[in-house]
Amino acid sequence: MSIGSTTPGAAAAGEQTREQVRPERATRRKKPLSEGKRQERRLGWLLCAPAAFVMVAVTAYPILYSFWLSLQRYDLKFPDEREFVWFENYVTVLGNGYWWSAFGVTMLITVVSVVIELVLGMGLALIMHRTLIGRGLVRTSALIPYGIVTVVAAFSWRYAWTPGTGYLANLVSPEGAPLTERASALAIIIGAEIWKTTPFMALLLMAGLALVPDDLLKAASMDGASAWQRFVRVMLPVMKPAILVALLFRTLDALRVFDNIYVLTAGANNTSSVSMIAYNNLIRGLNLGIGSTMSVLIFLTVAIIAFVFVKLFGTAAPGSDDGSKR
Amino acid sequence: MNAKLKWGLLDAIVVVFALVPVLWIVSLSFKTTATLTDGNFIPRDWTLENYRTIFQTDQFVRALVNSIGIALISTVIAVVLGTMAAYAISRLDFPGKSLLVGVSLLIAMFPQVSLVSPLFDIERQAGLFDTWPGLILPYITFALPLAIYTLSAFFKQIPWDLEKAAKMDGATQAEAFRKVIAPLAAPGVFTTAILVFIFCWNDFLFAISLTSTEQSRTVPVALSFFTGASQFEDPTGAISAAAVVITIPIILFVLFFQKRIVAGLTSGAVKG
Amino acid sequence: MADIVLDKVTKSYPDGTVAVHGIDLEIADGEFIILVGPSGCGKSTTLNMIAGLEDITSGELRIGGQRVNDKAPKDRDIAMVFQSYALYPNMTVRENMAFPLRLAKMDKQLINQKVEEAARVLELTSYLDRKPANLSGGQRQRVAMGRAIVRSPKAFLMDEPLSNLDAKLRVQMRTQVSRLQKQLGTTTVYVTHDQTEAMTLGDRVVVMRAGYIQQVGDPQTLYDSPVNLFVAGFIGSPAMNFLPVTLESGLLRSPLGDLPLSDRLGSVLSAADAPRKLIMGIRPEHFEDARLVEGTDGFTFTAPVDLVESMGSDKYVYLNVDTRGGDTPASTDLAELAADAGGADLPEQNGLVTRLSAESRVREGADARVWLNLDKVHLFDPSTGTNLTLREEVAAG
Ligand SMILES: Nc1ncnc2c1ncn2[C@@H]1O[C@H](COP(=O)(O)OP(=O)(O)O)[C@@H](O)[C@H]1O
Ligand SMILES: [Mg+2]
Repeated sequence: MSIGSTTPGAAAAGEQTREQVRPERATRRKKPLSEGKRQERRLGWLLCAPAAFVMVAVTAYPILYSFWLSLQRYDLKFPDEREFVWFENYVTVLGNGYWWSAFGVTMLITVVSVVIELVLGMGLALIMHRTLIGRGLVRTSALIPYGIVTVVAAFSWRYAWTPGTGYLANLVSPEGAPLTERASALAIIIGAEIWKTTPFMALLLMAGLALVPDDLLKAASMDGASAWQRFVRVMLPVMKPAILVALLFRTLDALRVFDNIYVLTAGANNTSSVSMIAYNNLIRGLNLGIGSTMSVLIFLTVAIIAFVFVKLFGTAAPGSDDGSKR
Repeated sequence: MNAKLKWGLLDAIVVVFALVPVLWIVSLSFKTTATLTDGNFIPRDWTLENYRTIFQTDQFVRALVNSIGIALISTVIAVVLGTMAAYAISRLDFPGKSLLVGVSLLIAMFPQVSLVSPLFDIERQAGLFDTWPGLILPYITFALPLAIYTLSAFFKQIPWDLEKAAKMDGATQAEAFRKVIAPLAAPGVFTTAILVFIFCWNDFLFAISLTSTEQSRTVPVALSFFTGASQFEDPTGAISAAAVVITIPIILFVLFFQKRIVAGLTSGAVKG
Repeated sequence: MADIVLDKVTKSYPDGTVAVHGIDLEIADGEFIILVGPSGCGKSTTLNMIAGLEDITSGELRIGGQRVNDKAPKDRDIAMVFQSYALYPNMTVRENMAFPLRLAKMDKQLINQKVEEAARVLELTSYLDRKPANLSGGQRQRVAMGRAIVRSPKAFLMDEPLSNLDAKLRVQMRTQVSRLQKQLGTTTVYVTHDQTEAMTLGDRVVVMRAGYIQQVGDPQTLYDSPVNLFVAGFIGSPAMNFLPVTLESGLLRSPLGDLPLSDRLGSVLSAADAPRKLIMGIRPEHFEDARLVEGTDGFTFTAPVDLVESMGSDKYVYLNVDTRGGDTPASTDLAELAADAGGADLPEQNGLVTRLSAESRVREGADARVWLNLDKVHLFDPSTGTNLTLREEVAAG
């Protein structure tokens, strides 16, 4: 698991800086453990064990099992033909147009929705942070898309765009059926995603905004910076860690897109995401071998993207010690 | 005055943006069968018929019970386990701490669909497929990182000095915890419970993959299988009504605990 | 009320740090005693051991003649005021102050009466129903004091209780704490790293350093007769001046010139083990404008004036004298004092600080003739830090 090694690594880097500050601690730690220290360790492990056990048992074991399944021909409709085939499933999937179409759709949805969300989320964060009136009202309204069940929201969008039923369909394209054409259907899916998750993005960015000291902005305006310059030169750099964390979270979340597509188009007209076709192969097609292969491929894709984020942008793992020492 | 007007306008845009889709589904749920397809944003004919229908079908009521039961149980377990782990992470020093933090981060990013196929097979063999525990397990797993982050952020803010002060004031260890620390930790735990509940309430992928009958189907899945009272009826009204019903708890949470939810989400995800 | 005795009390933390090394201290009933020292010297640890919040590794602690090493804090009947005040944020001021009494299962009416009384003394009556979050720093501090005094404990422990207040409030609260303690007559152990607070508040002051007690005494004794370089440098503001001096052919060669050996210094240096290289310590007020003390015994020298700060009642005059002269004997005490004063971050202080009377006419940039009271200088052994002049006084007296 390649991202596995990055996160503890980032935490270890935090450890290092602390040791540079207090070198005497590092040497002290090497001494044999005293009773109090041992008790603290034991208690720590004891308290974490149940959570750690559940998390590892329900993810690590299945993902390994999934890899094992992906090396087999295993179709529940023909259980007798179960057979170990090495990487044949991978060849099948990677040579398949539907897979690549779904991959492309997933990437498209991810990139477009995350970029738009970043811009809108920043605006929303500024509004929530600074608004002079009705701050509570704005925050409460913004939380509704975050909290609402995705399937419910998806139905709302679907009916809005259903010819006849929908106010939007009748308004925007009285003739056509937007959900049945690939481009417009994808646009609607992206729109639904953006509506649902912009508030979450905005909240993360707002936490970053709160870190920008007011005095810094005042100083910048005394130095003659315009509002835009203050935003770009002062606020963005201070917020960078928060922005990167928000981007990382939202990107990985967007890659999972499933609920909206399931309800809005059911994957028709080549609007399936990777999650959607993995689900279709598995639950509809009962093909465990192919489904598992897709599971593994999706896992690897996410792992690579997370790795790139952490390595390239130095996104601090939230909760790791170095994140809070900035 | 000018600035106020500007902010007022921006606020209005946000509120409209956030609420229109919700109001639309509410509107659909109150429309009569005849006006359902008129495309009007506001119903011309108001009716409660759709609500009556769904509460008369076993399909919906059963799903609602499943949703509530599964979400509540998962929330309780995840919050209890998360509280233990978060306490250890924020207060104790032990090797493997950063590993645990790393693992939970990893799981927070995990593509859930990757677990669907192995869990499908494992649960079928273990007899967990299409049961409550079969859904509760993955829910706990994916809720735990959320719970651990949010709670450790909250716990780090508690002035633990107070425990000492309470002891000096004559409290025993247990009293110090019960009378001083617990009341301070409670809001954090409560907020976390809300976030975790929303997460479990919201899930669709696991629910549709790991269930096959009404025995454990949750509402979001039941919605997608709705056919209406009879085979020939358009289910739009019924779906809308059911959708509104499962949105009510979310709206209540947001209305009453807006500040806490914001605090929980921001502190858990980005730490200042 | 009770006396508190620390008998060879040692604390080593689980991680191996020895924070307190076998200290002995007897605190009399009703005494106001101050623990002072740079941060990290073990003051809080000592206090927490008295409180029962930290276990005592070895040695014995007696309160009112009774060994209490193994008693829980709640059974020691001691109240504590924390630097952060540690007010319970979920309780009102009234509930905060009533908390210890409620835990003691005291009668409701009596609790109310006691809380009202304490609130009156501390002028908190109109804030009783507020939450701590809605109070100013000074008010919070008073609530913390109130919580300590309501239950009339055997002793008060205070850990830097004023250090979160701004300078002006701190001075005000200082007098209030002092008055309160006198009024109640309760044994009090007060921790601070601020030497001014230590000098002004306590009956006796305990100077600590790196887990050891350096000196115990009333403020004037500490000021006049510091036992070593560390105490000499730590007590007093502005701090004592230190100069390297060398004993050579019956004269003390110093950056100020060659000082004659007075009888007092002569007898110190005639001791067989006296080193030839020493550190001389002079308090700022032991200098004077030579013009004003014409004819008085002492030593007169000339030095360029760097800066004059007029305080009205007198003048602080900074003289350009090389006090870090090439062969300054290395002293760990001085290094530590410099570190505590934040010396690492400041440009090196080089020069003399003198306090001259207001009539002095010295001017910045010009040379000044300055007189030095040789009877008041201290000589320290650079290797051990011991005050050699003190040894002579003890021998003579
Ligand atoms: N819980 C602890 N574990 C290990 N070392 C500690 C602990 N608390 C304090 N110390 C160490 O003990 C020494 C004395 O600390 P303390 O009594 O808090 O100093 P002070 O109050 O004088 O500033 C310091 O070196 C500090 O780092
Ligand atoms: Mg301290």
